Amino acid sequence: MSTSSANSAASPAVSGLDYDDTALTLALPGSSSDPAAADRKRAHADHDKPPSPKARAVGWPPVRAYRRNALRDEAAKLVKVAVDGAPYLRKVDLAAHDGYAPLLRALHAMFASCLVANGAGRLVDAATGAEYVPTYEDKDGDWMLVGDVPFKMFVESCKRIRLMKSSEAVNLAPRTSSQ
Amino acid sequence: MTYFPEEVVEHIFSFLPLHSDRNTVSLVCRVWYEVERLSRRAVFVGNCYAVRPERLVQRFPNVRTLTVKGKPHFADFNLVPPDWGGYAGPWIDAAARSCMGLEELRMKRMVVLDENLELLARSFPRFKALVLISCEGFSTDGLAAIASHCKLLRELDLQENDVDDHGPRWLSCFPDSCTSLVSLNFACIKGEVNPGALERLVARSPNLRSLRLNRSVSVDTLSKILVRTPNLEDLGTGNLTDESESYLRLSSALEKCKMLRSLSGFWDASPICVPFIYPLCHHLTGLNLSYTPTLDYSDLTKMISRCVKLQRLWVLDCISDKGLQVVASSCKDLQELRVFPSDFYVAGYSVVTEEGLVAISSGCPKLSSLLYFCHQMTNEALITVAKNCPNFIRFRLCILEPKKPDAITNQPLDEGFGAIVRECKGLRRLSISGLLTDKVFMDIGKYGKQLEMLSIAFAGDSDKGMMHVMNGCKNLRKLEIRDSPFSDVALLGNVAKYETMRSLWMSGCNVTLKGCQVLATKMPMLNVEIMNELDESSEMEENHGDPSRVDKLYVYRTTAGARNDAPDFVKIL
Repeated sequence: MSTSSANSAASPAVSGLDYDDTALTLALPGSSSDPAAADRKRAHADHDKPPSPKARAVGWPPVRAYRRNALRDEAAKLVKVAVDGAPYLRKVDLAAHDGYAPLLRALHAMFASCLVANGAGRLVDAATGAEYVPTYEDKDGDWMLVGDVPFKMFVESCKRIRLMKSSEAVNLAPRTSSQ
Repeated sequence: MTYFPEEVVEHIFSFLPLHSDRNTVSLVCRVWYEVERLSRRAVFVGNCYAVRPERLVQRFPNVRTLTVKGKPHFADFNLVPPDWGGYAGPWIDAAARSCMGLEELRMKRMVVLDENLELLARSFPRFKALVLISCEGFSTDGLAAIASHCKLLRELDLQENDVDDHGPRWLSCFPDSCTSLVSLNFACIKGEVNPGALERLVARSPNLRSLRLNRSVSVDTLSKILVRTPNLEDLGTGNLTDESESYLRLSSALEKCKMLRSLSGFWDASPICVPFIYPLCHHLTGLNLSYTPTLDYSDLTKMISRCVKLQRLWVLDCISDKGLQVVASSCKDLQELRVFPSDFYVAGYSVVTEEGLVAISSGCPKLSSLLYFCHQMTNEALITVAKNCPNFIRFRLCILEPKKPDAITNQPLDEGFGAIVRECKGLRRLSISGLLTDKVFMDIGKYGKQLEMLSIAFAGDSDKGMMHVMNGCKNLRKLEIRDSPFSDVALLGNVAKYETMRSLWMSGCNVTLKGCQVLATKMPMLNVEIMNELDESSEMEENHGDPSRVDKLYVYRTTAGARNDAPDFVKIL
């Protein structure tokens, strides 16, 4: 397992709570600024503080074990999916798909309202014709093109997915598979 | 009335729907007691240790519907150690000996074993309905016994139980002659079921009105089933992860179900399934999407904005405040709302805040039942909510971070909750959270006259807080408290009160062994159970006067005396 990178430095290793991962945001994907700062009414989480002991009290929050287990299905691997230009995020369960093809079909279905498949099977913006490629952030915090590594390895290491405009994706170097 | 023949008295009693009324008339005289007990058809036992099962079945030999509840409510949150108790066995054994006419058994938070289900299946020739909620201890083998032997079974309703999966065989155990099913809910069964067996069972159940499937059932199987159930009123889907071709079949099957009013399930639902549900939406009165983290705010609102007749909605907090505004503007008939957290980490972004709740309260004036998990709240919002919705019967607010103050003023939330109890004169159930002082308890005691159940966590400053509640809430039945600074003074401040209540739970408070012993001595009709994390049982026997803190305390009134099935870690004073 790779060592924590700068990206996960904010989350304390002790608790295993990765605030970046769990913080739902309505901001444009990829933007690193705190979207809540402008709105003084919204208390935003302090990502640098470790959770206080009371935050991890037994049986708190009061949610039935059945519900906790149902939402945290061990077999599921939910990751967030962002599309450049779309104002909200979706989630996909990587474990629910057998390989890249069904996964990409599912992604396509998710954003069918704004992206369509062109002749070459690539996703394009229906309005502008700009091509999108699926990319993902791996455990090391690096952004990679989806499809470069064996699927199971991808599922293991993928933290989130971003459908990026091809023009931006040229900067991503394909990764040589290394352990 | 004593001059009327007994049949007439019995007939008059049949007009009393409430258990409490029947209990009252049975106290009038011996004749009435006898008439009442022999004609009683339904018995409700709120605490399985409050009365001996043998005693109950001897008093009511002709009972047809028996409801029994076991573990205290906080067991849901792992606060009650495993093996504490709540066994169904003694109840089923007793009923099997004395109540041959039993038709319905409902149990909640109890330990039910396969052998109990086997005895149940063989003992009651007219058995019709089994409802198990949040129970554990049995496997699909027990269900196989029920399916095999209950020839007149109408209802098998399994809600959120922990069931060991021993394979799909159980569903095939319903004989071909079983055609009486009205309600079948196996959503909590973890394993596969045989699709063919399921289809055949549904095909021979013309009276089926409610069907809740588990995750293993595919869209295709669902489509085939729905073609057979045009009168279905309540559906819990299987998984909805399939590709869009399957949905066309599902859509045309759903179209035939004109009576469908309630939807749940949506396990792992893909957003592409959403448009296929649209034709159903404007008839729906109930919708449970609380197990579907894969649908986001936009999918949810597209569906919910069409559900104009919705009365009951359960969702995850990914619906966000914006989504709740859509609910508020679309669902004018909403009576019950539950917003569950999609992740359980206490600190985090506020997806659902006081704004969503205020929006709901102003758009949905019929709202009477609320369970709301959120990251922040304000007094101003709660005051507004109280004014908008004075009809609350159940109000449960859980601010995820313990002791969190008003998000704007940093004050305690006493004012806000005070407004709720003051305005909502019919309030029966209340759960409070956030930063709270003794002041809120003053208001609860003063205004909570109809309050029957109160849940307190990380709240209050002193014993006065708990005393306000004990002295003021005349109708209090269940009081559960965790991690609050109440001590023996509060525990012993009004001991007679416990006789009028079903139970008291206190954990993480400041009660001591000595205080509990005083309570047990003063009130012999109570069982005072203490549970400590460490095995201090030997220490406790040696140091009777040791004021050691008690981790967990459960006090309940009982006619049965100390129970004999308590595990080692439970000490009954």
